[in-house]
Amino acid sequence: MSEQQFEEPPRAPTGGDYAPSVAERLALYQRAGGFVTPLVTAIIAFFIGGLVVLASGSNPLSTYRAIFNGTGLNWFFPWISSADRTLAALNLQQTLLLTTPLILCGLAVAFAFRCGMFNIGGQGQYAVGSIMAVWVASAFVGMNGPLHIVLTIVVASVCGALWAGIAGLLKATVGAHEVISTIMLNWIAYWIGSWVFALGGPLQSHANGGSVPVSHDIQPNTHLHVFWGNPVLQGLHIGFFVAIAALVVYWITLNRTTLGYQVRAVGFNPEAARYGGMSVARNYVVAMAIAGGFAGLAGAIDVLGWEFRLNVNDIQVSQIGFIAIAVALLGRNTAVGVFFSALLFGALLNGTSTRHLDPSVFRPDLAGNLTLIIQGLVVLFVGADVLVLWLWSQRRKLRLARADANTAVTS
Amino acid sequence: MAAARVVREPSPASRITGVAGIVLALLAYWLTLPPVAATSLVLPIVLGAVSIGLGAYTAVDGRRRLGWGAISAGGLAILLGALAVHAGRGNLDSAVVWGPLFASMFVYATPLTYAALGGLFSERSGVVNIGLEGMMLTGCFFGIWGAEQTGHWYLGMLIAMGAGGLLALIYGFFAIHLRADQIVGGTAINFLALGITGYLFIDIYGSTGTPDMSNAESVPNISISNANGFFPQAFGDLNLLVWISFALLILTYLFVFRTPWGLRLRAVGEHPRAADTVGISVFGVRYAAVTFSGMLSAMGGAFLSIGFVHSFNQNMTEGRGFIALAALIFGKWRPGGAFAAALLFGFSSALAQRLGSIPNWATYAVLFQALPYVLTLVAVAGVIGRSIPPAADGEPYQKQ
Repeated sequence: MSEQQFEEPPRAPTGGDYAPSVAERLALYQRAGGFVTPLVTAIIAFFIGGLVVLASGSNPLSTYRAIFNGTGLNWFFPWISSADRTLAALNLQQTLLLTTPLILCGLAVAFAFRCGMFNIGGQGQYAVGSIMAVWVASAFVGMNGPLHIVLTIVVASVCGALWAGIAGLLKATVGAHEVISTIMLNWIAYWIGSWVFALGGPLQSHANGGSVPVSHDIQPNTHLHVFWGNPVLQGLHIGFFVAIAALVVYWITLNRTTLGYQVRAVGFNPEAARYGGMSVARNYVVAMAIAGGFAGLAGAIDVLGWEFRLNVNDIQVSQIGFIAIAVALLGRNTAVGVFFSALLFGALLNGTSTRHLDPSVFRPDLAGNLTLIIQGLVVLFVGADVLVLWLWSQRRKLRLARADANTAVTS
Repeated sequence: MAAARVVREPSPASRITGVAGIVLALLAYWLTLPPVAATSLVLPIVLGAVSIGLGAYTAVDGRRRLGWGAISAGGLAILLGALAVHAGRGNLDSAVVWGPLFASMFVYATPLTYAALGGLFSERSGVVNIGLEGMMLTGCFFGIWGAEQTGHWYLGMLIAMGAGGLLALIYGFFAIHLRADQIVGGTAINFLALGITGYLFIDIYGSTGTPDMSNAESVPNISISNANGFFPQAFGDLNLLVWISFALLILTYLFVFRTPWGLRLRAVGEHPRAADTVGISVFGVRYAAVTFSGMLSAMGGAFLSIGFVHSFNQNMTEGRGFIALAALIFGKWRPGGAFAAALLFGFSSALAQRLGSIPNWATYAVLFQALPYVLTLVAVAGVIGRSIPPAADGEPYQKQ
């Protein structure tokens, strides 16, 4: 069990005014552990990533600086020149463009986590969402634009929810482990996506004589409005606000509704929740469906926002749903945490891309793999927060021992 | 709900009807496929419908497993018949030649067999191994790198096993000692392996890819016969590692179920506390099992790179580790079952590859690739017999 169960023996007040209750101490401990652990995790991961860079003969500091400059986050610095700021704005738009689906898929993983389930299926749900989105948005010629967008988003989210709901239903009815079923659903979605847009596939476009494995283009009036940057150069679209809104919805649902209370109760202790009169099975299905809805929404937003069409390769190389696992874990499944870790990974992805990393400093094709290594390390260390918690408790024990020694001296 | 159902013994007749349904479906397959290949839709539809009917009767009577088996076999017969008629006699004869098809099945099944047997050791000891995919990919890269550096395939193999074992050892440390969530840890291993192999590949070989391999650097085939006929074509020229995988299967079975060490392994996976009480080192057994699973998975990966494809590219396992995991689950965590599932999945890959040669069929061949995952989903759903993992699978153990 975790170290939280270690309670110090009752002791007489030592004269100070501050005498925290057990609950207060636990809360502080959780909060501190809450942001210290991810921070330490990320720092260790980046440090080891730096060692990898060093081992292959490059300077890690200048590499990280080049990656940082590629992310456009220097836009927030007040002191940079206006020319730099123009470039940084372009980069930052791309970073936020990647952050948007990462937030939504991160929420998909996080919501299931809060119900005690590990949703590895974000990738499949995202793929299903984007396939449906490209289908709906390229059909219905002449439909009213905003209505068409809403229809696309609803269909994609519902299909994502249904796709994830399969895993939830299997867990609720026959107890099939959601990890296994979501992995399987991921690969089924992968091959379905590879089939529908392939040569001769049912959704393939015949525009270029049918020689390219790509979908139809979506209707021009379904493109999401670009509010920052040039629409032709992939500016930032309003889908970003949808992701922010989803964060708020996520927080409210979990913390201010009966549904969220039940989901958290089931995630915390299914037996106790059952004893309290909640339907554990129903909550598994609902939580999984909501999670899939978030991921399906991410697929729709990406298609309507900047992809506009999908080809087989898009389906096959996409990693958004997998990176989202790292996003949710590093963000400790909280709304704020998911936002910041999505931003971190969005920045990392963008900063290491061929378009944004200065090749004279570090080779972008290597840097792309560096991102994967850092991502793997983050997940590895987050999974082992026992390590960090252990260090934390050692520190506390040390402090208590010192306090004891002091008490002994004074009394 | 449950109270309303009258509990009674299924009648003996339903066993006969169920078996008959499956036999009829098998007859339909035989008629549909070459060498008979009766290109008429009537026979498979009639036979399939009859076996579905018999299956339904059997299922209603209480033999759910047998009944559903017959129903799905009958459905498959109709589907197969329709596909065969659609393909046409000539195309079918060129695509479905049993000897080469079986040889190709063994090739596709071998990496899965290694990884699935590796996963079996790990999971039987109570450590879930989602990281099979990553360990396999590590084997792929280090196999070819080692063979290229040393000039000998067997040294490449050893280096691959060492690398896979090392990665598994790292995973083991997190999963066993630090009691990290094993699913999270396994996911991390997959990311790490993808990043590390991709990084090294580009750093060492650049964009030109791995160099051409000499004969000494690739695993040799065992040439027995090149005659025509089913057996010579299926078994006459298989890779050495394919034969080793057969041997490994038997050894794994004997080890896990017929030796004291196997008993200890299973005890640790089913009830670690009890095993600890009688003096078995839970941590020791788990470390050994996890490391060995990494070595076996890496062997499967090395077979891919230096036995089969003869080159490396990024993420070349493409989910094969997950198919191996699926085979393990589909085979109910037993060596024979896992091997049978690996053969089934290998067969579907081989068939997909050969069907791709029929004009206008390439797209459907793509869909065939999803078959292992669909079957596994059906298997975990428990329609045809439940798959139940070892009792302590995935639970970290804490000494008292």
